[in-house]
Amino acid sequence: MSHAEDRYYVPHGSHWPIVGSIGLLFLMVGVSNWLNGAGAGFWIMLAGVAVMVYMLIGWFGTVISESQGGLYNEQVDHSFRMGMFWFIFSEVMFFAAFFGALFYARNIAVPWLGGDSNNFFTNLLLWNGFEATWPTNGPGEVGGDFEIMGPFGLPLINTAILLSSSVTVTIAHHALIAGQRGILKTFLALTFILGFIFVFLQAYEYIHAYEDLNLKLTTGIYGSTFFMLTGFHGMHVTIGAIMLLIIWLRVMKGHFSPTNHFAFEAVAWYWHFVDVVWIGLYVFVYWM
Amino acid sequence: MTTAVAEAQDAHDEHHGPDKGIRRWLFTTNHKDIGTLYLVFSLIMFFIGGAMALVIRTELMQPGLQFVHPEFFNSMTTMHALIMVFGAVMPAFVGLANWMIPMMIGAPDMALPRMNNWSFWILPVAFGILLSTLFMEGGAPAAGWTMYPPLVLQTGDAFPFLIFSVHLMGISSIMGAINIIVTILNMRAPDMWLLKMPIFVWCWLITAYLLIAVMPVLAGAVTMLLTDQFFGTSFFLAAGGGDPVMFQHIFWFFGHPEVYIMILPAFGVVSEIIPTFSRKPLFGHDSMVYAASSIAFLSFIVWAHHMFTVGMPLSGQMFFMFATMLIAVPTGVKVFNWVATMWRGSMTFETPMLFALAFVFLFTIGGFSGLMLAIAPADIQYHDTYFVVAHFHYVLVPGSIFAVMAGAYYWLPKWTGHMYNESLGKLHFWLSTIFVNVTFFPMHFLGLAGMPRRIPDYSTQFADFNMIASIGALGFGFSQLIFVWVLLTAKKGAKATDRVWEAPKGLEWTVPSPAPYHTFDTPPKARIAQEAFE
Repeated sequence: MSHAEDRYYVPHGSHWPIVGSIGLLFLMVGVSNWLNGAGAGFWIMLAGVAVMVYMLIGWFGTVISESQGGLYNEQVDHSFRMGMFWFIFSEVMFFAAFFGALFYARNIAVPWLGGDSNNFFTNLLLWNGFEATWPTNGPGEVGGDFEIMGPFGLPLINTAILLSSSVTVTIAHHALIAGQRGILKTFLALTFILGFIFVFLQAYEYIHAYEDLNLKLTTGIYGSTFFMLTGFHGMHVTIGAIMLLIIWLRVMKGHFSPTNHFAFEAVAWYWHFVDVVWIGLYVFVYWM
Repeated sequence: MTTAVAEAQDAHDEHHGPDKGIRRWLFTTNHKDIGTLYLVFSLIMFFIGGAMALVIRTELMQPGLQFVHPEFFNSMTTMHALIMVFGAVMPAFVGLANWMIPMMIGAPDMALPRMNNWSFWILPVAFGILLSTLFMEGGAPAAGWTMYPPLVLQTGDAFPFLIFSVHLMGISSIMGAINIIVTILNMRAPDMWLLKMPIFVWCWLITAYLLIAVMPVLAGAVTMLLTDQFFGTSFFLAAGGGDPVMFQHIFWFFGHPEVYIMILPAFGVVSEIIPTFSRKPLFGHDSMVYAASSIAFLSFIVWAHHMFTVGMPLSGQMFFMFATMLIAVPTGVKVFNWVATMWRGSMTFETPMLFALAFVFLFTIGGFSGLMLAIAPADIQYHDTYFVVAHFHYVLVPGSIFAVMAGAYYWLPKWTGHMYNESLGKLHFWLSTIFVNVTFFPMHFLGLAGMPRRIPDYSTQFADFNMIASIGALGFGFSQLIFVWVLLTAKKGAKATDRVWEAPKGLEWTVPSPAPYHTFDTPPKARIAQEAFE
């Protein structure tokens, strides 16, 4: 395909974006109505999800067939790489907002409620007797007595699982570059299996927290930060594992070559990203 | 090879023009089409947001309650801000970026053309949802565009719609910003190294970084609002150990860079226009780049100057006060560079230049009132008064909006192939400039005299200046109809030459007017690119 080499591929028209917008419209209107207690909201939301899934399959399908058809030259590949990199950066900033909330609550909000800085009277008049500690569900003891989720046991096992999965995906990557398809298939499969095990254990941990520890999303600021941070992380692990599964299916179909495998690397970057976020979570949410 | 791919390949080989009818606009991947969509969308939003501003000014024409219910008045201030910020100013600059950046750097299109289409088509969904809240039980959001809890949690049925429309605006902006960064870094003509790039491209590159860094933070902040409201979290609830002030910190960590997101592209537009009509190269091109970068960096460490009155340690107030004042240094570099560009230039005053000149004067007034607000002890007096309203409208209306107008007049002949009506353009400029000052200058006095913002009624001593401001607002609003007329008749004027103006610099002036549907399928020759800049 000589001309793909020298010209940047610009697709002519695509209906996928507008399908995506319609999907988002149904999704957002549906969720909003559902939250407002309107019965139809849930079904509108499901319709939106269905349209979004259809869009994602169709859009990625188009891109994959174009890629397999050799329409993408090195410059297009470079665009995809940069695009993925900056997308991951935006995800990092999304988590930064929640980590920021955690740090602010621990170091500023809770100490101030306990009378720190110039808040002596806040404590005396509004929250008399409240002593700042962490973890806490606040001076109003929102959500009632609870136990904390310690760093050992399940969280430590999950850390080991996620870190190993980062190793296995790297082994798979090296195998792909070296043309060892057998090792690639095995270790990539291992990676997404480890990912799904992580999600499964995380769900188990949540059930344990809710049933045995009385630690819930509603357990004051500790519960809020704990579940929102680990919850969004778990969501990202789920998405990452699904992406790894799809990459594995593509590997089984014979896609990717030692020199041309952007999609593989993009998903591997994403996987390392969820891994790094987990390390931050383990240190600041579970451990310290 | 699959058929789909074969078809795509064939389509790619023919140099076809646009599709027919609505398909062209729904399915387009062409940066010029998408730029047009963005610009038209932002103009519509400008008039919707403007109509809301006129509701506000009509109510404020006299003391007492005349026309609207106070709750609706609050909805108007909230919706006006959200629509103007996310619906008018930001999409207008993205539209200019879409149209101009590929042509300025010699690229065949934006780097990720399908995603480009999606970035745009999310916006009508987002604003459709936001505008639909006007008809909901409990009315449209009325807690201010800053959405501070706990007040915003009292919003009626509109609440989740508000949150999700903000999410959609964020998704659209992030995708748009990724596209712009990738286009600029990956699609330049081979001999256009970074410091050779036009200043508009540079300013947009820096803006795009700001967008990717802060829009997700806004998404996080509004997500916390949503979970506090519906899922019982305690992020902004003191009883649970959270803090409503925490929302303000997270919001303004987004909000302050957002301010520069709305002004850096304006700097870029003005830096293109002033050299053309001064017939001199831009003074201090590289220092402009460094100044814009410094402003972008500083924008991350000044956020708490929006909240000097909420209670923060003295050391915090001092830090944010001095960091804020530092911004005057790179901004000053820019203003002096524009002035030095004009110094001894052979100047003419066509409409784009008039808007650009007004920008330099009036934006600087907004900058100075910003310096006044930066002084923490003084800000305690100014906070939440009309002085703040005067300040940010000076930087946003004769700042950002004038820059958009300047850019539109400057590049319109390149887009349409015809000269616009110069006398109407000048009329539009003079009426806008006079009325914008009549509207917003008295607000400085009102604020200093203590008139609070976001209140539909006021004490009688404020009556005169409010009447003047309202007359100015009505005048400004109706003057914008001239612009619509100029656009509608844009193709009636004389044929534009390829260069359009006497000696503009840049690759966009080397292609025909109107610019063909596809420009630079292959990168421009090194020599042409070189000549365009020297």
